[in-house]
Amino acid sequence: MGVVDATKVMGKKWELQLTRQAYADALVELGEEDPRVVVLDADLAQSTLTRFFGEKYPHRFFEMGISEQDMVGTAVGLSHMGFIPFLSSYSIFLSGRAWDQVRNGVAYSAANVKIGAAHGGISVGKDGPTHQSMEDVGVIRPIVNFTVIVPCDYHETYKTTKWSARHEGPVFFRMGREKVPVITTKDTPFEPGKAILMEDGPDGTIIACGLMVAQALEAAEILRGRGIRPRVLNMHTIKPLDHEAVLAAARDTGAIVTAEEHSRYGGLGSAVAEVLIESDHRVPMKIVAINDRYLESGPPEDLLIMAGLTPQNVADALEGALRKGRK
Amino acid sequence: MPTLNLAPDAVFRMAQQIRLDVCLMTNLTNSGHPGGPLGMADYATWLFANVMDIDPKAARREPRDRFVLSNGHCSAYNYAVLCRRGYFPPKWLLRFRMSGSPLQGHPNMIYVPGLEASTGSLGQGLSQANGMALGARLKGQHDVRIYCNCGDGELQEGNIWEAVMTAAHYKLDNLCLLVDFNNAQIDGRVEDVMGIEPLGDKFRAFNFHVIETDGHDYGKIAAAYDEARATRGKPTVILFRTLMMKGVPPYEDNFKWHGKPLNDDELAIAMKALGFSGTKDELVATYEDWPTQPPKPGPIWAGAGAHH
Repeated sequence: MGVVDATKVMGKKWELQLTRQAYADALVELGEEDPRVVVLDADLAQSTLTRFFGEKYPHRFFEMGISEQDMVGTAVGLSHMGFIPFLSSYSIFLSGRAWDQVRNGVAYSAANVKIGAAHGGISVGKDGPTHQSMEDVGVIRPIVNFTVIVPCDYHETYKTTKWSARHEGPVFFRMGREKVPVITTKDTPFEPGKAILMEDGPDGTIIACGLMVAQALEAAEILRGRGIRPRVLNMHTIKPLDHEAVLAAARDTGAIVTAEEHSRYGGLGSAVAEVLIESDHRVPMKIVAINDRYLESGPPEDLLIMAGLTPQNVADALEGALRKGRK
Repeated sequence: MPTLNLAPDAVFRMAQQIRLDVCLMTNLTNSGHPGGPLGMADYATWLFANVMDIDPKAARREPRDRFVLSNGHCSAYNYAVLCRRGYFPPKWLLRFRMSGSPLQGHPNMIYVPGLEASTGSLGQGLSQANGMALGARLKGQHDVRIYCNCGDGELQEGNIWEAVMTAAHYKLDNLCLLVDFNNAQIDGRVEDVMGIEPLGDKFRAFNFHVIETDGHDYGKIAAAYDEARATRGKPTVILFRTLMMKGVPPYEDNFKWHGKPLNDDELAIAMKALGFSGTKDELVATYEDWPTQPPKPGPIWAGAGAHH
């Protein structure tokens, strides 16, 4: 029913909440706190939930129609006038169709624009591959001046949104469509660029972002049943990446698996590998991500299974990496 | 001090100085785009001298009018006019497009005082100008006006028409779009490469107030800006009919000058046409002599400070 089936995928009951609701809630608060905050949407305000801001602050909400490129440019102009624009649409359109405007318009002038990319990853499900965004992190991450964040749940999305308003410079953060498990709390410390230790153990590390952090926690549960106690890192910030956390994981736990709802090219796995390859640590690593393929229309939980993004997949990957390390 | 309030002959001399700047800049760096800058020099210099409320001594003063060069490849014009308006010393112009220089091939607002946007990838400036116009309105800066300059070939970009819809939808009467309507782009005549006519009708259909006029006639240029300012409830576009490479008669109205720098022989012809009788070295020396603000009149722009 438009919800990732916790019993099917997670093996455990969690409270489920929308990350985009956190975005909407934080925006409404920001509207009150800072008159410079403005919001733009491209005919998806009902879906990205920016409509809540629009209803409360109609003069600071700009409906741009179905024109993502124009929306990005307009946000740049508003930022040049001293405003803090948040803009939203589906991630596939912002990172794809409007990439040039993001690169040359936002980033090159270091414009203070915040991109709240909704419906990222494959959890958009039934809309099919045209709307599934599995390349967004990979194409935004190389752009100079950008901070790229993939929050894992409601609270982290809320904190990301609030932090973005305080941060001077371009930010891209990605939310999913579905309700996802709430695995952090209001009080969990959140500092962009600093990974959160979700669980600790000596037997390899799972580094995950977004929806896959919950999957990683489930994978850890599975692994404990096999006598393996992994470390689990919530790597919400893909850029700048927490190098220290990656290097410590390699040094302390001997194997690394990354898990992301993204193509295996260019995302979290690539970012972590970039750090490891230039380090002195030679540890086995596996990337759990979408292999070079389009998925299809279907319930998100089915797509996660089809893409190989289940806790079982993550657990198996870490076990394989540890075995390889022992050889 | 909102404007310089120059007489037409003084604006003409300032424009001719800027044309000379552009020819020398592209010659020295052996790259860049002289054709568009020479074509837009009359109508845009009138704007910078006599229309826009700007302050070179306090470039970021609020409130102020803004100019967005959407066709960023005409950067040489923007740099030269900012320089002659007093934002930075003429010496800077000599290192256009060279390493270590703030004057990038296409403008970056972070490096150069007076630039209001970073542009270069075509079709994006009007969206940014719309954002500025919306922002000015939101800030209650009701007298602030936003000017955006586009090439006519640039209007082939889809993003422009998204932005045109936005400007009309939000009734941005504080926004004025200037089109350098020279019917020339890299691969040939605009009408041959990808026709944009009937351009005035297109803008009218998109709910713009449309002014079509001669981009080299100062009386008509001044009247067009006045009409744009007086227009309420909708944005204005001024279609300035211009000649690429205007001011150097042997090269006028020839699209090959879109992105071709002048070699030394061609520069000599241009200098002569623009009224400078010395050598290239003598011309370069005039820039070195002006290290600081405020700018002094150039060899051609003598008397430009005379107010009428």
